[in-house]
Amino acid sequence: MHPAKSVIFFTTASGAGYGLMIWLALLANFAALPADFLFGIAALGVGFALIVSGLLSSTLHLGHPERAWRALSQWRSSWLSREGVAAIVTFIPLGIFALSWVFAGHNSGMIGMIGLIGAAMCVVTVYTTSMIYGSLKAIPAWHNRWTVASYLTLSLMSGALLLLLLGALLGMPMLVSHMINPALLLLGLGLAVKLFYWWRISHSSPVSTAESATGLGKFGKVSFAGSPHDQDNYLLKEMGFKIARKHSRKLRILAGALGFVMPFVMIGAASWTAGMLVSLLIVVATLCAAIGLVFERWLFFAEAKHVVTLYYGETEV
Amino acid sequence: MTCLPKNPPSKKLGLVIDLDICVGCHACSVNCKEWNSGGKMAPLTDIDPYGAEPDGVWFNRIHTFETRDEEGAERTVHFPKSCLHCDDAPCVTVCPTGASYKREEDGIVLVNENICIGCKLCSWACPYGAREYDETEGVMKKCTMCVDKIYNENLPEESRVPACVSSCPAGARSFGDLNDPTSDVSLLSAARDGFALMPEQETGPVNRYLPPRPKKMGDEDPNSDDKAPRMLEHQDDSSDAAGLLARWVDKILTV
Repeated sequence: MHPAKSVIFFTTASGAGYGLMIWLALLANFAALPADFLFGIAALGVGFALIVSGLLSSTLHLGHPERAWRALSQWRSSWLSREGVAAIVTFIPLGIFALSWVFAGHNSGMIGMIGLIGAAMCVVTVYTTSMIYGSLKAIPAWHNRWTVASYLTLSLMSGALLLLLLGALLGMPMLVSHMINPALLLLGLGLAVKLFYWWRISHSSPVSTAESATGLGKFGKVSFAGSPHDQDNYLLKEMGFKIARKHSRKLRILAGALGFVMPFVMIGAASWTAGMLVSLLIVVATLCAAIGLVFERWLFFAEAKHVVTLYYGETEV
Repeated sequence: MTCLPKNPPSKKLGLVIDLDICVGCHACSVNCKEWNSGGKMAPLTDIDPYGAEPDGVWFNRIHTFETRDEEGAERTVHFPKSCLHCDDAPCVTVCPTGASYKREEDGIVLVNENICIGCKLCSWACPYGAREYDETEGVMKKCTMCVDKIYNENLPEESRVPACVSSCPAGARSFGDLNDPTSDVSLLSAARDGFALMPEQETGPVNRYLPPRPKKMGDEDPNSDDKAPRMLEHQDDSSDAAGLLARWVDKILTV
């Protein structure tokens, strides 16, 4: 599949934003985060900025962005529509939670509960995002439970890393010590989920073949002899992306190392050190994970084969 | 509404494409492009049409495949592919806006271009590559089964078939109601073991493909009915259209 920049940014940024919001609501309810004005502005601001810019980037790549509101109408059948509705509904509890935190200095009790409802809605929204891809049977690499598992885990993971980063940058050692273990756990879990995902997509038996696509299997092995046209058409440009599969081993190692292993080592090291070095390690680890996650998401799109390629020379998908 | 029709369509208009007959001439593609450039989904825009890398929207594309069995017998099959107007069309249910829909009256899958946002998700959901995005207009386009032709009362009755069907010079394409087991297309499909493409994708395609017939090896029973009609066997006994002299010669010699 063609890895569109707008969709890579949308899924990584909004995923991280929702993950951050989930952690903020959880910690606020466990009285681990004071309703501090400046920290509230910074943390909630980063969360909303990521969510909103992600959602906006997903609408800007549309052929008709001015009609985007229409996408809210078909929630009965369409995961994309459900995602739009869930994203908008989520803003209500999150908005109340954020406003009370920043302007009234409350983030626990009743407001904390509203925050938790918001956090649950964040999980629902990330789930709907993953189902946009997970529901597409024509792309077997996406049509499996590991797609949902990786979107949810990576959202929580990137949110935890962001909160750790905020703690390090704003000089909040308590927050840093609270978040180090969840961040390490989620980095490990994230890597495990991606390894299962990669193992699954390279080991599952093909869903469709050139023989089933043409129905000519009873005459023997089917091979592609002539394209309908001399140049690439829309279908090949959108769904016939091959570069990633050529280098998929190297790219997976890169995504795994940058996104998970190196941040894990650095944050693990941070938990054994003190002073400025902790913050430095956390900053570098978060940057590293951010680059790794962009690689991971690029690969998620670029590596996935669509069954339509069976009509253009692929033998099995 | 992008839910599929509650009541299954009473008619399922579709194509039966005979892979035994198709010669891969692309006439159906060209006539499809021609008709639809002025039809419901018009215009079918092109990018750089006369340049080095032309690209554009087509609803019907002709592929060519080769098959080779274990004994080494090979066969070339020309393979036209257009929208199969599936019963459980995934392109319809993924649409977030209601622009994609399946008609309850005849099962045709269409796009309402006025509300399509151009998110391309339907083209990802379709296993067959039946949907093509129009870069110029920013909306998705697809085969309409020539809905503006097949019901057009201004056309003579025999022309009320999709453009690809009326243009096929070899007669490889038939059009009709595949929900009615007694229709010509259903009988043809049943008689020739018509099949659906990628049934494992569970989209319930309506269109059927007829497999190539067994190769003639020259040792068949000459009296068998199992052969395609041959123009060579046709004898023209009339001489009405010939010139006066030729008719006169014909008359004398036919005594």
